[in-house]
Amino acid sequence: MQLTGSNLACERGGRTVFSNQNFSLNSGELLQLTGPNGSGKSSLLRLLANLGEPSHGKISLEGGAPDLTPGQQAHYIAHSDASKSALTVTENLVFWRDFLGGGDLMRALQAVNLAPLADYPAALLSAGQRRRLALARLALVPRPIWLLDEPGVGLDDSAQKLLAALMNGHLREGGLIVAATHVPLGLDPDKNLHLGAAP
Amino acid sequence: MKLLLALLRRDIILAARQGGGVGTAVGFFLTVLVLLPIGIGPDQATLQRLAPGVLWITLLLSVLLSADRIFQQDFEDGSLEVMAMAPASLELVALTKAVAHWLSTSLPLSIAAPFLGILLNLRTEIIWPLTLAMVLGSFALSLLAGIGASLTLNLRRGGLLISILVLPLYVPILVFGMSATAGNPELIMPSLLILAAITLTSLVLAPIAAAAALRAYLR
Repeated sequence: MQLTGSNLACERGGRTVFSNQNFSLNSGELLQLTGPNGSGKSSLLRLLANLGEPSHGKISLEGGAPDLTPGQQAHYIAHSDASKSALTVTENLVFWRDFLGGGDLMRALQAVNLAPLADYPAALLSAGQRRRLALARLALVPRPIWLLDEPGVGLDDSAQKLLAALMNGHLREGGLIVAATHVPLGLDPDKNLHLGAAP
Repeated sequence: MKLLLALLRRDIILAARQGGGVGTAVGFFLTVLVLLPIGIGPDQATLQRLAPGVLWITLLLSVLLSADRIFQQDFEDGSLEVMAMAPASLELVALTKAVAHWLSTSLPLSIAAPFLGILLNLRTEIIWPLTLAMVLGSFALSLLAGIGASLTLNLRRGGLLISILVLPLYVPILVFGMSATAGNPELIMPSLLILAAITLTSLVLAPIAAAAALRAYLR
């Protein structure tokens, strides 16, 4: 499986965020996006998630399911958690499991060490625990491409290690990861894409 | 299909647990119906003449009050982005969320309304036509509210704008809803059929419009 972006440009609100960006990523590789605030890291991830369209250039995926868009084969972990305070941890995950197409609930809870809090309302979780709940989606529903936007924000040391182990496992199984981050992820990126300064 | 059922179940559970919009709608509905007879006075003939219209208008406004809940929270907490990446089209997601709004808010109100109409001295023989017309019409109300909710997605206090956008679309439902319940038995069946037609049209067109607005916001 190969994810390629060629000559990508992104425009938001009439402003060119970045232009002329190229990358290509194979199975089992981690692409790390770096760059100052406002340089378009999140915008690039959104383009890859099919939540927007590039103003120029093309994103293509080879070797994926032909009837699905790259976005439908990807997990996108953004700054927001996509979890509901009124539901318990398990209910949140069960919903995403059923909605996104099935997976292993126990494995997901254990992967982010939330099993002891499974029946806890998400409203009572701390910021770091909510982040782990969002990351649990990665382990819950198998999808080949992971798009991570500052995945380590709010995580303590042990949770950072869990995240690194999760990512490592995904890469070993032949997955692709694109991660935007300011802090080290705890594993070596295969490729780096540095987006320039915001204009 | 299974994933849409999961979404439907989640939205109904959320509506039941959070109260919020649903509670406001029900509270508003009851308040109007209890206060109105006190405001208008004890003249039973006047109340009886006003009753169907009051019930319809209160239903319309209650649905609008809770409309911004359909998409806003999911937009704010990022759920909508994840939903846009699911193997279901955004049109079906919009449809399912409107159905959830109908089941959790509009349908209970429209079933209860004719019976609460007893507070307004509603004529007993129009309770059944009114219930039928409201159940049919309220589905269209929720579907159209979905358009308004998606268009005002990231506006704080978008409620007023939803009303301005959606109320014109509500007028036909009000007109034919009223004619089904105005007391002329010959008009009941044709009015119900036209209401059904409006509902079916909304069922097809409203999710497409709502999904287009959602896509524009997610961009």
